[in-house]
Amino acid sequence: MNAVALSARGLHKSFGSLVVARDIDIDLPVGARYALIGPNGAGKTTLINLMTGLLTPNAGQIALGGEDVTALKPQARVKRGLARTFQINTLFAGLNPLESVTLAVCERRGIADRFWQNIAGNKDAIEEAYEILRKLKLGDACYQTTRELPYGRQRLLEIALALATKPKVLLLDEPAAGVPHEESGEIFEVVAGLSDDLTLLFIEHDMHVVFRFATHIIVLVGGAIFTQGSPAEIAADPGVREVYLGTRKHG
Amino acid sequence: MTTLDAPRTVTPQGYLLRQSRWRPIEVAFWLATLLPFWLFPTYLSLASQIAITGLFALSLDLILGYAGIVSLGHAAFFGIGAYTAGIFSKFVWGEPFSGLVVAAAVAGVVGYASSFIISRFRHLTLIMITLGLGLLLKEAANSAHWLTGGSDGLQGIDIWPVLGVFNFDLYGRTAYGYALGVLFVVFLFARRLINSPFGLALRGIRENFVRMPAIGADSHAHIRKVYTIAAIIAGIAGGLLAQTTQTVALEVLSFERSADVVVMLVLGGAGRLYGGLIGAMVYMIARDQFSGIAPQYWYFWIGALLVIVVMLLPNGILGGLSALLKRWRRR
Repeated sequence: MNAVALSARGLHKSFGSLVVARDIDIDLPVGARYALIGPNGAGKTTLINLMTGLLTPNAGQIALGGEDVTALKPQARVKRGLARTFQINTLFAGLNPLESVTLAVCERRGIADRFWQNIAGNKDAIEEAYEILRKLKLGDACYQTTRELPYGRQRLLEIALALATKPKVLLLDEPAAGVPHEESGEIFEVVAGLSDDLTLLFIEHDMHVVFRFATHIIVLVGGAIFTQGSPAEIAADPGVREVYLGTRKHG
Repeated sequence: MTTLDAPRTVTPQGYLLRQSRWRPIEVAFWLATLLPFWLFPTYLSLASQIAITGLFALSLDLILGYAGIVSLGHAAFFGIGAYTAGIFSKFVWGEPFSGLVVAAAVAGVVGYASSFIISRFRHLTLIMITLGLGLLLKEAANSAHWLTGGSDGLQGIDIWPVLGVFNFDLYGRTAYGYALGVLFVVFLFARRLINSPFGLALRGIRENFVRMPAIGADSHAHIRKVYTIAAIIAGIAGGLLAQTTQTVALEVLSFERSADVVVMLVLGGAGRLYGGLIGAMVYMIARDQFSGIAPQYWYFWIGALLVIVVMLLPNGILGGLSALLKRWRRR
């Protein structure tokens, strides 16, 4: 229960004089549902980029299941079970969802370099991809070109692509970003329905959603951890109200 | 959310299978490639040139059309194949198929070596690198006069009859039959590649380079592989040219050849299996006709053709046709 799925130790990153991550220590226990909140520019996406390897930290370590992955490339971390979604849709616009997720499944299975084999011959991979899409209510849209899909569906496909890598740890960067309030619930229902073994960290601005789905909240301000704790603790923290809820009125 | 194209009865596997199934129009296309033997017996030399150039364009399509890797130096591999096949026939023997295999192998080795540079760069940098490598190679061939004949061209190529039976004749009957046969076999390979998991990964690289590592893909390894395969196919095309014309000019390595093949692919439709073939056909026939009308100004008409096609049909001739077909079906 207390095993740590993902941990960051003393993460530090700066661009010139701008410090975007300052001595960040985070432990994600296996099966956690953590929310990462903070005002705009607090460094939330930067932290995900550091953890997944899109950015290289100036100092600090990242460990996945106890294994140091700081020196590994993003794709190697994915292979070890660390997946992410993107705040801004980063999809295969010209492929349809079935092709996209099948591609991700083939990459995970290590068969994406087979140029001599008809893709349709990989029944298992295709059915696995379709099953992921079906669970995310994308089954009936799976032959439609991605760029023609409604926006909310594209957000779900973001998650489907990450799930196809069979992650142990999943970092969701504002999964419902840009989705109208009424529909964002649907996306978080999907997130809530994910397997209990899966360790989750999600960035979200909507406090109702955060308090509803997170078991633990990390507040990031100015690239550093301001405070963290249970939803009740965070809700009662006057400092959080000031820095976070205060700025929210402006932005 | 149902769409017209996706009846619920189709299983996901069946859907993907249908994508790779032979269409009647494809069968008709390949049958039509046999027509020149009877309809245009005096144009068989041109037909064989078209088949060879089509094969060259097909190789570029794999990297440019499918993986989105822009190259302005693809003639390097065509030229390596041409010189290798020519030199092989001069110093070893003239059996054509083994000559092609050697040409493919040498082009493949050079392609594999350069793929380590290619896979690291994208966009404008990549265009400049491929362009530079192409120029380097051309000058190297020019200065190695003892081996390549330099600007005089490689002379003394002697190719044995194909399969020991078909002599290369003046009319180009054997040349066309031979080039067409090789084109078809390589096309079958390319067609399978496009419909393979690897083909899907290439389209993934083209559609979103940033997402690929996030699904655990090693794009660089994919790019190295497809670049090597494209180099091999370009080498085969070059070898065919050397064998069927029994000469190799320095022009096989020229920038114009690299640029022309990009133009052909864009004309025909990049990222479509038949784009290179149709583009080569339209381009070569247009060039043949235009140069008959105005020998000195035919590039003017090629330029006009390119501008018109690109403006009216952004996805090339095949892209335009398929859009038309879709609209017509919707009615």
